[in-house]
Amino acid sequence: MEHIRTPKVENVRLLDRSSGQRKASVGTLYLSATHTIFVENNPETRKETWVLHSMVSGVERPPATPSGSQLILRCKDFRVLHILVPQERDCVDVHTSLVRLSRPEKYGELYCLSFNPNVNKEEREESWSFIDLSADYKRMGVPNNLWVTTAGNSEYRICDTYPSELFVPKSATPTVIVGSSKFRSRGRFPVLSYFHQDTLAAVCRCSQPLSGFSGRCQEDEVMLQTVMKSNPGSDFIYVVDTRPKLNAMANRAAGKGYENEDHYTNIKLQFIGIENIHVMRSSQQKIVDVGDMRSPSMTDFLWGLENSGWLKHIKAILDAGVFIARAVADEGVSVVVHCSDGWDRTAQACSVASILLDPFYRTIKGLMVLIERDWVSFGHKFSHRYAHLDGDPKEVSPVIDQFLECVWQLSEQFPCAFEFNERFLIAVHAHVYSCQYGTFLGNSQKERRDMRLRERSHSAWPQLWRDRAEFANPLYKAELSQSQGVLRPNTSPYCFKMWKGLYNHVEKSAPPRQSPADFLSAVREESQQLEEELTNHQEKIAALTGKPITWEKITVPRRRSNQQRQRPGGPDPPTTYTEPIKRAVRAASRGPAGPNAPSQDSALLSPLALQLQSLDPEELSACSDLESGVADLSSRSSSGGDDGKDPDLE
Amino acid sequence: MEFSEHIKTANVEDVVLRQPLQPPSRGTLCITGHHLLFSDRGEGGSRQVLLLLRNIDAIEKSVENLLGYSGFFSNAGHGERISGSSGTVTIKCKDLRVLQLDIPGMEQCLNIAHSIETLSCLDNVSEMYPFFYRPTDFSLQDGWGLSTPEEYYSQAKALQKKWRLSSVNRDYSVCPSYPPAVIVPHAVDDDTLKKAAKFRQGGRFPVLCYYHRKNGMVIMRSSQPLTGANRKRCKEDELLLQAVIDGSDKGYIIDTRSSQQVQQARMTGGGFESKSFYNHWKRLHRQMERGKALQESLIKLVEACGDESNNMDRWLSKLENSKWLSHVQTALSTAGLLAECVERDGHSALVHGFDGTDCSLLISTLAQLIMDPCCRTLEGFLALLEREWLQAGHPFQQRCAHSACSHARLQQESPVFLLLLDCVWQLWRQFPLALGFSEALLLRLAADVYASEYGTFLCNNDKERCALGVKDKTHCLLQALLKPTVKDFYLNPLYEPTELAIWPSVHPQSLQLWRGFFLRWTQQARHLEEVQEEIRNMIIEWEKLALR
Repeated sequence: MEHIRTPKVENVRLLDRSSGQRKASVGTLYLSATHTIFVENNPETRKETWVLHSMVSGVERPPATPSGSQLILRCKDFRVLHILVPQERDCVDVHTSLVRLSRPEKYGELYCLSFNPNVNKEEREESWSFIDLSADYKRMGVPNNLWVTTAGNSEYRICDTYPSELFVPKSATPTVIVGSSKFRSRGRFPVLSYFHQDTLAAVCRCSQPLSGFSGRCQEDEVMLQTVMKSNPGSDFIYVVDTRPKLNAMANRAAGKGYENEDHYTNIKLQFIGIENIHVMRSSQQKIVDVGDMRSPSMTDFLWGLENSGWLKHIKAILDAGVFIARAVADEGVSVVVHCSDGWDRTAQACSVASILLDPFYRTIKGLMVLIERDWVSFGHKFSHRYAHLDGDPKEVSPVIDQFLECVWQLSEQFPCAFEFNERFLIAVHAHVYSCQYGTFLGNSQKERRDMRLRERSHSAWPQLWRDRAEFANPLYKAELSQSQGVLRPNTSPYCFKMWKGLYNHVEKSAPPRQSPADFLSAVREESQQLEEELTNHQEKIAALTGKPITWEKITVPRRRSNQQRQRPGGPDPPTTYTEPIKRAVRAASRGPAGPNAPSQDSALLSPLALQLQSLDPEELSACSDLESGVADLSSRSSSGGDDGKDPDLE
Repeated sequence: MEFSEHIKTANVEDVVLRQPLQPPSRGTLCITGHHLLFSDRGEGGSRQVLLLLRNIDAIEKSVENLLGYSGFFSNAGHGERISGSSGTVTIKCKDLRVLQLDIPGMEQCLNIAHSIETLSCLDNVSEMYPFFYRPTDFSLQDGWGLSTPEEYYSQAKALQKKWRLSSVNRDYSVCPSYPPAVIVPHAVDDDTLKKAAKFRQGGRFPVLCYYHRKNGMVIMRSSQPLTGANRKRCKEDELLLQAVIDGSDKGYIIDTRSSQQVQQARMTGGGFESKSFYNHWKRLHRQMERGKALQESLIKLVEACGDESNNMDRWLSKLENSKWLSHVQTALSTAGLLAECVERDGHSALVHGFDGTDCSLLISTLAQLIMDPCCRTLEGFLALLEREWLQAGHPFQQRCAHSACSHARLQQESPVFLLLLDCVWQLWRQFPLALGFSEALLLRLAADVYASEYGTFLCNNDKERCALGVKDKTHCLLQALLKPTVKDFYLNPLYEPTELAIWPSVHPQSLQLWRGFFLRWTQQARHLEEVQEEIRNMIIEWEKLALR
């Protein structure tokens, strides 16, 4: 608490546009060891706003105004809070405290290590075993006669940023492994990331070779040969260098670089051109600024979007994933992926490829497993990249943000293929930054072990799993053609959009837009309830009459293959549905239960009734002010013949 | 008329058709007076493509004479065909589809191309396909259209107190682009109307287009007043407008031109309602692009969508450069402004620009969708289009003669109606539960407005349609869309009526490219279509369960 100069300030005004506020509310500001808390004075609502210190990315103190001193809190989830403190002294105190509190110097200061939820030891230990990577490797069919575990890194001796459990080609001997690791940046030698059972091709990852201009290493060359051999029938592998070729070449001057195709037999080298973390950091800042623009014109907006370069970078990452997925699924060729250190761009490319290749990773649990494997276990430097501690700002970069956004862009293109919705991705994003749980703390598995994180903190995954109902995509249908097998996205530029849900809080806040997803979730839930009820009734009837009643499950036949509906040349023919929707009947179904509907209870009424209630007239009409920019007729309308400036009179 | 004189080659065998999202197929090509028919008798049944020639916007042909190269083909077989040549015809449709036909024989290829070129842009309306289209389940005796101005008037009881139905235009002599019956204030007699009409461009004097039941306020529309450089005035026009706001302190005039534009308009005989003569009316200017600028915007956008450079910067700058989304933004915000005047501010409003046949209709239609729940059902929306576009005299024939791919010199083409559909789509996307119709309806209208089996979008106004007997000799699309077997496809399964106004967000991030239309022939649009189908299925299943 030594950093808190003023624990409480009264008569503070807070404006949080991100939660839909248009006007500032008056209340009391509290500073605790872990949170900034604002409690509204309004006795009816007493609304509370909590901001975790670790979520604050910056505190600004612009010049004071006549009504008080300002503070601007910028958060890592892109929320911006404007605070007005009456007394300048209080404001300075709060500012100084927050600057310090938001930049913890030791892990011990972080919330996850002081937060003690009401759970016992068993529960905590169980929370850490919720995601089981070995089980996932088993699911994808390893170990097998091609890929085996190696005990070499069990104590992190070969590579301290790799996990202890690693899969390598069966023919890779310990000498080859150790030799290869010595020839790779940070000892990150080629290991398995994903094994594709259908084609027996694999996605492997590593860091750049220490080749310089002419260096070579026999063990490393053998290592890549063993990767190829682990894919029977294949006579070459792709080596994907995710960096722009120029960057890779520049690295050679520093004794690093890329594989020389003359030395490595049977490899095809491919550069993808994902920019480095510094470029990405400044690009994200620009797109955040675009999201913050108050009332930009279409030209400003599109120009800002182009100028940020953000979508270009997202496209490059997705292109990398698509290249890998095509090689593995279509050509049946294994791929070795690297960048410089193999923990940023490599993690992005490999995990996007996994999403495309395997439907499992498009489920809620699957995405958790994927992040745990390709990011957490493989030493993505979470604490450095997401500034968990006060440190080098040059280490900070939105690497996982970009991965999550790639997933979001895919989900926009294939709305039925993902079990989760955008809220899930945003929740994961928040956990990565907030350190409310221990999952993303530290920079490698070894660091987490040394910190004894599993004894001192909790895992975020079970928490997210408990809330899975909120994260479910009602349109998810595993059996639809677009959900099955390998996703083949279109990566034409027009397929990419700005991720409003993450970057634009101003807009998100605006009126409660109608959400078909919520509506459909309600429909889906109700359908399930009705189905259960029906089964119950059938059982009861069967028990009473002694005759079993079979009931055919209601489903509408769906297209399963990729086959296109035949379209005649003219305008679209209306498709004739065998079961037309009967509106009148539907309306009746919401009324009192008919005679042939035995106890249809309130369940029938609820979801739709709720939908309607949620459309508060006040809320809906309150929106237009900023929306259409048309509220104020007199002041903002264009000059024209207003205000006595009639040209006739001049 | 003889179409056959334009058809030198009616049938060609062994043609290869390439179309988006489907593998190439080989079959027979056939040209008739109105159609291009391709049928492929492959395995698994025959597939046919039937394309209205009217749908073809542009055609490009490339002919290769293989004979000259025959020496290079040592293996026989290639040059065996008599002509030894072939050609490719690329067909760009008004619905943005691109088809390619590989036609054996240079002469046949040129003949086909010539027939398509000629027959796809016949000028004579009564030779067009709707006059020949006779579906079996439809009779010409069914009447034409959904409702007449008379019916609209008699249904709106509240309106009748202060407003009357005038048949001053019964023989289209006062205003050729207005319907025979219009709604005007009770207090104004037909002579006044006639004089006011002379003071308005094209005779389009102010008439009622919308009555807001909640507060009794109205939306009027007209064309610009002909004040000219000498600041002429017209007592009758002033009287007419005064009668509109009778009992209220003011009204708004929404002029879809900038204040500079209206000054310039005076030089060519047009003008604006000056404050000194219309002192209860407050003018608001919102410049909206129309005519050529809008057409060029569409051309640029379609070009951008077809860009294959795969470069993000290039795409975004082309998208920006096309300005299409800016036009969408302006249209929606001007419509929002109009609705604000009526719904929030509680005053009547008059809308006009130059002719009052384009942007005025666009924003009065959108404003009605925003405010009036009755316009948001499938029937209500189609009736709205009938009132505000067909009866109100939007010159469809001129505006939709060509679309974005045409090489023909631009004349009066302008995609105002397409812009309307795009804006409605933006509303539909922002309020997925509030509109009773589906995206499929908007796509269907976007296609039919350029090429249709139905006569609905023929001609430029009611007068022309009557003169050519469109209403007696063609079928009506609006009625066809409401037929019980067809209708379901155009209903929004998520529709939940709400009485509230639906205020659209016009923030650039809330507006999106209408992928369903502009990228319709890509795999991406297919996935989105599949989603709509899935939503429909879910609702059907749920309804069946709820009924058990």
